Order: sequence, then structure tokens, then C-alpha cells
Amino acid sequence: MPPFVRQVLALLEKDLRLELRTKDALSAMLVFAFLVLVTFNFALDLRPELMSTVGPGVLWIAVVFGATLGLGRTFAAERDQGTLEGLLIAPVDRSVLYVAKFLTNLMFMVILELVSLPLFVLLFNVPVQPLPVIGTLVLGAIGLSAVGVLFSAVAGNTRAREVMLPVLMFPVIVPILIGVVQAMGVAIGNESARDMPWISLLIAFDAIYLATGAIVFEYVLEE
Amino acid sequence: MTDTVSVTTVTVPSPIDAVILRAEHLTRRYGDAIALRDVSLSLTPGDCVALLGPNGAGKTTLIRVLGTSLRPSQGTLTVGGIDALRHPARARSQLGLVGHQTLLYGDLSVHENLQLYGRLYGVPELPARITEVLDTVGLGDHRDALVRTLSRGMQQRAAVARAILHQPRVLLLDEPETGLDDASQTALRELLREWADGGRAVLVSSHRLEWVQEMVNRAIVLREGELVDELQLRSPSAPMLAARYRELVGATLAAR
Amino acid sequence: MATIRQEMALPSATSGRSSALTTVLMATTVLLTIVSLGMIVFYAPMERVQGVVQRIYYFHVPMAWVAYLAFLVVLVASVMYLWKRNMKWDRVARASVEVGVVFTTMVLITGMLWGKPIWNTYWTWDARLTSTLVLWFIYVAYIMLRSYTPDRERAARLGAVLGIVGFIDVPIIHFSVTWWRTLHPAAVVAPTLERSTPNAPPQTVITLLVCLLTMTLVYATFMAYRTGLERLRDENRELEQLAGR
Repeated sequence: MPPFVRQVLALLEKDLRLELRTKDALSAMLVFAFLVLVTFNFALDLRPELMSTVGPGVLWIAVVFGATLGLGRTFAAERDQGTLEGLLIAPVDRSVLYVAKFLTNLMFMVILELVSLPLFVLLFNVPVQPLPVIGTLVLGAIGLSAVGVLFSAVAGNTRAREVMLPVLMFPVIVPILIGVVQAMGVAIGNESARDMPWISLLIAFDAIYLATGAIVFEYVLEE
Repeated sequence: MTDTVSVTTVTVPSPIDAVILRAEHLTRRYGDAIALRDVSLSLTPGDCVALLGPNGAGKTTLIRVLGTSLRPSQGTLTVGGIDALRHPARARSQLGLVGHQTLLYGDLSVHENLQLYGRLYGVPELPARITEVLDTVGLGDHRDALVRTLSRGMQQRAAVARAILHQPRVLLLDEPETGLDDASQTALRELLREWADGGRAVLVSSHRLEWVQEMVNRAIVLREGELVDELQLRSPSAPMLAARYRELVGATLAAR
Repeated sequence: MATIRQEMALPSATSGRSSALTTVLMATTVLLTIVSLGMIVFYAPMERVQGVVQRIYYFHVPMAWVAYLAFLVVLVASVMYLWKRNMKWDRVARASVEVGVVFTTMVLITGMLWGKPIWNTYWTWDARLTSTLVLWFIYVAYIMLRSYTPDRERAARLGAVLGIVGFIDVPIIHFSVTWWRTLHPAAVVAPTLERSTPNAPPQTVITLLVCLLTMTLVYATFMAYRTGLERLRDENRELEQLAGR
């Protein structure tokens, strides 16, 4: 097994094992996303006829907020416990750390999405074609995780890190926001959105940011 | 009469090819403050070196720079012939670090932590090696205990286990004896002495002269980021070392 | 002393050549600004539909050009800093962000000032304005990031990373926002020159080009002074360190 794969798997196993034992991240993410969905119900007039246009946005915002919570703690926890230094003095390429954290957060986000989607359908009574919607959500999660892990490490180095992560992330992920919502709109039955290659946009964004993140990550963690 | 002690303040140059670690002109700045100022040292096989100095002298910073967890603002570091600044990954496989924090995951067991690090370092025959290391530090019975449930002393032993797991050529320790009871301290000292005798190098920073002087063959003194003295100890002698150290540290306190 | 100067890439304290160059730059810029203003007021043709208000165009478009140019400079300086680790590149990046955010703000403001009299609304989610707004946020994030990072070297390094990652997004943002807008046309579209006159007369084009040049020189002048100021600050800090403060 090449060292890169072995190290990524070791780190992935570590994070999953920790999460299974403590359930810190996932529970917070799920509760928060659920809360956001319900809050939207009070904040906006979500009548059934509006849901096909407004629905995708409501769901995606809930997912983004939940995901940001998980991303925020992905490096903060390691820093606070002091274990990040242990990883940094090991003969591990920084891009390995990036990929491992990316995969961990991606997994958490997908779980978040798999729970949020049925909740959304339940709360707002929106008929969806599950497979295309889930596919779109996963593509969005890939981009979110790629950008989020990078910025979580950047923000974690600063004084006001809870505030910096969203401030850094949200402008940069605007294309994902637009792409996911439009593509989901198509899946919900909003045919007009079909005219643009949203899925290609998402795939391109994901590929570009994954590559960029892996390359620049060492500059972020250098001490 | 037989207790002739030579405490010289001359640095004996080591033969080039035997040097495991060579640090030259290390400087480290934090914003406007200078934590390390032009520090140079080298370690050879069999070296067991004490790093001494008052609080704030830069001992922890130096150990972290040598361990590659901090980049120096200036200077070079070579480990096993590898330029640690240009090829950090390769240099890191030869270094082991025991710092103030255990660098272990509290919510994982000792065994799980060692498994993680073993795989990160690419340790061959990992399961056997883990058992071996746990026996060496005396944690065989606690391999499945979560690290956060262990006492400070046992956590420290687990940290040492993590540091020696991949058999590094250089072991760096930052005040490892803090929090350990007498028996554990003696055991640790023996372990480190054995480690050095096995053809590796050990650098240990400490406040406790009595603990350190019985295992080291050399002592480096740091004061305000500068290396002010290097003492060769052919046969260890507590009074001479303590006296010299007090001289240097006392000078610091007087200067303030 | 010599090593420090090299490291900080500082010129000798009184560098006759560089300050003379800056003065010439400043003088040229002032001159060109006067010329441009003259052209905008007197030379450029009156636009039939929008009237006098349309002349904001000669500010709005060049400023937008500079806003994106400044970001491109940030990208180049960021890459160079990470490569060479020379502080002078960080000074350039930082200055360009500060100047860039000012220009970006002006683009948004002139856009609003233009829209109100013509279409009776300050803001429309027009594709170009929206993309510029997102750019503005990335600039602001950069500034916030640096202000929250006290260590100089770390601030430079993280800023450089953000400069690169942010710039890569610019074309992607542009595409996604434009596609979104074509699918959901706004009720009101921000005024542009092309929409109101099919073929712009040559005087318009010439005026625009002169204004573009002027604005670029304004940017360059700001940059020259800003990087100079930052250089002096760095030099001051080094000297303080040496004095043992």
C-alpha cells in the first residue's frame, strides 16, 4: 500500500473512531440543521406552491450552516487537545492531512444530508426525486468540504476563528450555492433551470478546489 | 583523589560523518521578540545531552525547532544527513519528540494511538512493535485504556512509547520527568541512557539537575535564547555541574 | 545590518531614484485626471436616453477594471511571496488589497448612483454588480484575516493563500452568477452603454480609453505610496528590534 493511502486511511480511521466514541461533531451538525429548517418555517411564508422555487435554497442553507459547525471544529479540536503538533512532526505530507480531513468532513456532510433530506420532505411536503437530489447534494458537499477544510485551518490560526470561517467561506462558495440550488430545482421539477450546465459547474468547482486545497495546504500549516 | 572531575568549557568537535543531528545558527523570532539567537549544536551516536536554562530561556522553543514542529527564522538543521528544512518528511522519520503535551488522543486507547502513529510513520510489523514498546515503558496492562483515563505518569509513559515507536535516531524530550514519581523517573532515566547507548542521541531539557546529571555526558546551557555554555562531563559530578549552572543562571538573575 | 536590509528588501533610506519616479508618476496622474475630467464633461457626447447621468459610466467602468486588476496583482504577489518569501511581495499584495477594496466599493457606489436616477432603484442584482459584490466580500475577508493575525510572517503567508484561492474563484463566480441571471432576469437591469446605444460613437470610446488609462495610473500611484509607507513601517520595526526594545 503506498504511504499516501496508508496514512490517509490511518487518519480517517482515527477521526471516525473518535466521532463514534464522542459523537461531538455529528450531533451538533444534525441538531443545528434541523433547527435551521424549522426556523425557516417561521421566518418565511413557505406555502406549498412556493416550495418548488424556494425549497432547494432552504434545504441547502440548512446543510451549509450545519456543515460549517462541523468544519469549524475539525482543526480547532486538534489544536485545543494539542494533537495537531503530533501529526505535524510525523513524516506526513500536508496534502495527506488535507485529504484525510476532507474525506472525514465529506462523510459527515453526506450523513447530514441523508438525514436532512427526509426531514425536509417531511416538514415541507415537497415531492422530490431522491437520487438526483442526493447526487447534487453530494457534489455540493464535496465543494463545501474542499473549501471548508482549507479555510478551517486558515481561520483556526487566528484570534476570532468562529467568525473568520464563515466570512472566508461564504463568498468563495457562492458558485456552489447557485449551482446546487439550481440543479436541485431541476430535480424537483423546475424545468427552466435545466438550460445551464449546473452539474458541470459543480464538478469543475469541486475539482479545482480540491486540487488547489491540496497544493496550498502546506503553506497554511507551516509554523 | 580518585574523583577527578574535568568540567571543561570547550566544545569538542565531533567527526563529521558520525554526526546524527547538526543545527547551525538557529534563530527564531516571534513578531518582535527573539526566542532563539544563533544557536548551534550537534549530536553524535551515544550522546545523551542535557539542555539547561532558566524559564523563558528558549529551551522549549529550541526543542520544538529541532523536532521540526517550528520553523527557524534563520539557520539550518540536518538530521541523519537530510536537510530538515527542505525535506522535512524524511528528516521527521528520524526524530522522536516528547513535549509538554502528550500528543495523544485522549478519547482513544493507548493501543489505538500507537496504531495511528505506527501507520503514519510506516513502522514495519506494527503489532509486534507496539507490544514491545508497551513492555519497555511498562504499560502492557493498560493498552486498551483510554488515554484520558490514565494518570499523568502513565500518560507520560505512553507519550514516550509514541516517541520511540518508530525507533528514531534522535530523541528530544522537554522536561519529561515532570509529574512522574521517583520510581518512574529512575526508570525513564535508565531507558534514555540505554537508548543513547544503543547508538542513538538523546537531548533532554530539564530543571532537575540531580535527575539529569546522572545520565548525560554533556550539558548545554541556554540563557535568553543564546547558547552560553557547553559542558563536557567525563564523569558526572553533581556539585561541579550545579555550581557552574548556578553561576550562569545567577548571572541572569543579577542582570535583570 | 546588511543581512536585515537584504531580508526586508529595503532600499537605502533615501533612495533618490525611486522617490523621483513616484513624483513623476503622481504628476502624470494628476495631469491625466484633469484631462479626463475635461473630456468627460466637454468632449464625450451626450447620451440621448440617460442624459448627463450616463457620464458616471466613465468612472464606473474604469474603476471596475482596476478592481479586478488589483486582485490580479494580489494573485501574482501572493504566488511570488510564497515562492520567494521576500517581504516586498507581501507589501505589494497587502497594498493592492487595500487599494482594490476602495475601488471595488466605488464600483458598487457608482453603480447605485447610476441606477437610481435611471431606473428608480439603488440596487439590482445585475450579474456584473453581483459578482463585484462577492469580490468585495473576498477583499474584506482578506483584510479581516490579516487584522486578526498578529504575527507578521503568518499574516503574510495566510494572506497569500487567500489571495490565490480567492482569485481562482473570480471566473467561476462570474459564470455562475451570469448563468443564474439569464435564467432569472431581474425586473430591472443595471444601465449599460451598449443597451441604450447600439453603436457607440468614437468620442465615447476614446474618452473611455483615456479614463481607463487614468484610473490605472491612479491605482499605480496609490500603490507606489502605499508600498512605500509599508516599507518604512517594516524598516522602523526592524530598527526597533535591533535597539532591543
